[in-house]
Amino acid sequence: MSSAPSEESAETLLRKQKALRRTLLERADLLEVRIAVLGGSTTDEVVNLLELLLLRAGLKPVFYQSDYQKYFEEAVIDPARVIAFRPDIVWVYTSSRDVRYPPIDAKEIQGFVDEELARFTAIWDSLQQHIGCVIVQNNFERPETALLGNMDAVSAAGRCRFVNALNERFAHAAESRKRLYLNDLASVATIVGQRALVDLRRWFGYKIFTTPAGSLEVARSMAALIRAMYGRARKCLVLDLDNTLWGGVIGDDGPDKIVIGRETPAAEAFTAFQEYCLRLRGRGVLLAVCSKNTAALAIEGFSHPDSVLRMEHFASFKANWEPKHENIVAISRELNIGLDSLVFVDDNPAERAIVAAQLPTVAVPDVGSEVVDFIPILERERYFETLALSGEDLVRAGLYADNAKRAVQESRFSNYGEYLDSLQMKAEIAPFRAVYLDRITQLTNKTNQYNLTTRRYTQAEIEQIAVDPARIALYGRLSDAFGDNGLITVVIGHQIGPILDLDLWLMSCRVLKRDMELAMLDAVVATCQRRDIRELRGLYKRTAKNELVVDHYARLGFALVEQGPQQSTWSLDLAAYRSRNTHIREISSG
Amino acid sequence: MAEDILTRLQPIFHDVLDDNKLVITRESSALNVDGWDSLAHINLVTAIEQDFRIRFALGELGELKNVGEMIDLMQQKLAAK
Repeated sequence: MSSAPSEESAETLLRKQKALRRTLLERADLLEVRIAVLGGSTTDEVVNLLELLLLRAGLKPVFYQSDYQKYFEEAVIDPARVIAFRPDIVWVYTSSRDVRYPPIDAKEIQGFVDEELARFTAIWDSLQQHIGCVIVQNNFERPETALLGNMDAVSAAGRCRFVNALNERFAHAAESRKRLYLNDLASVATIVGQRALVDLRRWFGYKIFTTPAGSLEVARSMAALIRAMYGRARKCLVLDLDNTLWGGVIGDDGPDKIVIGRETPAAEAFTAFQEYCLRLRGRGVLLAVCSKNTAALAIEGFSHPDSVLRMEHFASFKANWEPKHENIVAISRELNIGLDSLVFVDDNPAERAIVAAQLPTVAVPDVGSEVVDFIPILERERYFETLALSGEDLVRAGLYADNAKRAVQESRFSNYGEYLDSLQMKAEIAPFRAVYLDRITQLTNKTNQYNLTTRRYTQAEIEQIAVDPARIALYGRLSDAFGDNGLITVVIGHQIGPILDLDLWLMSCRVLKRDMELAMLDAVVATCQRRDIRELRGLYKRTAKNELVVDHYARLGFALVEQGPQQSTWSLDLAAYRSRNTHIREISSG
Repeated sequence: MAEDILTRLQPIFHDVLDDNKLVITRESSALNVDGWDSLAHINLVTAIEQDFRIRFALGELGELKNVGEMIDLMQQKLAAK
């Protein structure tokens, strides 16, 4: 199955602009940004589109627009209105239509370039002196006409050459002036295509030189710049594995059969995408994995000799069978960055849909199902815009690599127990407490895999259980050297004379294989012994999702009492019980 | 056919002017419809061109008095397709 990515059209955005704006303005936590747009052409359309894009990023722009073509006058000659507006940002919205070109008999261009640069320098100086705000200057798209053909890029009289030279000088200015940024209209024009960017009917009709698609691309470029200024650029790329970072399904095909390398066109495309991800990491974007896979197999994929990415490149690595939106929340907690800093790439539209629905602030681009489309779409969305390539950016990816560290550490130990000890795990195991009842209810309703009976409880039932003297109801929290995993396990039982019947035993899969279930058993038994309970009874009820715990009670040393087709019952005599947990330090509270 | 065009124009006006209760008639014009300013006009033209797959020539729309005349012009364009 292959699906092409979809793209939001400029026409649709413009047609529904008022309603979209109205809905977006309902958000409560919008941050106001004052933007003065000094235009060489009519700017209403690009301003309306920019407004929508900024509202989506949680910014509420307030605009001032200069009179038509009065960008120079309102910046330099009579800046009173712009000053009174108190802008945070002034956008000098000029295009190659506004350039004063050398005459056709020009013999050298330098003097003309200096002169034109001086005109714009006067704008920047005046704005800086009077307002001290951030200035964003459009550079120039290729001129509409190249009368000299190819020579237009060579001759001193060529407009193409002139614009190229001017753009180079603008780049220098933006590099050396602290508060001047370029909006790279030249690149926007290339991306859209000159012929699709400009519509002369609209230019002569409305003095808008861009097509709707052109206006949207300019707005996208500007929105990315402003998001970066306000710390709203994305920071982390969260990646699926099968058919996203490599071709094939590693669990079905085997780690040596995944498609990566240079042997086939598909393998080259996956390699190119991995290289792109690695380049992003090199400039400070964090990489994370979120994949439905067995962790050990997923890790093996990165030991493939042709894999460009290695485990140490990932700041967070989630390969398990939990829902992806839960893993993505875990990734954001682990890296201590907001969900609105994440971009999620997955070839599977169903996974994208659930993540987009559950976590609306995570960027979930429709990347389609083919790896060749991923790079252009990530580029188009301009998620990772940056204002300057700081030293911090360059090392950030390394600073966050805690989890990779965890994986590296695992391979360093001679046995698994040593690894567990190195984690310096601490558990808090205690009877239900009021502050945790929400979380406990939530866990009983969403835990499917490590769940022996899959009983669901309402908040009221959990509150009742917490105070019922006939119940033993314990929760467990686990923290380790790398951070706090939170409340991740719950056991509920009811006492019938000398027997405790276990109604519920669940655990979050993110702490699988940490011996947390042993620590819980120790705590349950200790509580039982204080109450003269002499036997534990366990029940396993099969569901479509809890195969993982079919031998949970067997592993804990329970004896099988009865084996049915859909359930089994188990018993543990507490007379000879000795505590099991050796790797987790327990701090009981309450 | 003119009726069909009018029917198809209603949702476009609803979207662009963000008013679902608006009923456009042949007599509607920028003078008697709230919110139909020059920017809304550009958005209406863009949406109509997109929806009907037609192209208005430069200046063609400036001379029209109301929606009725616009529909007549559109009818010519659609017939010529």
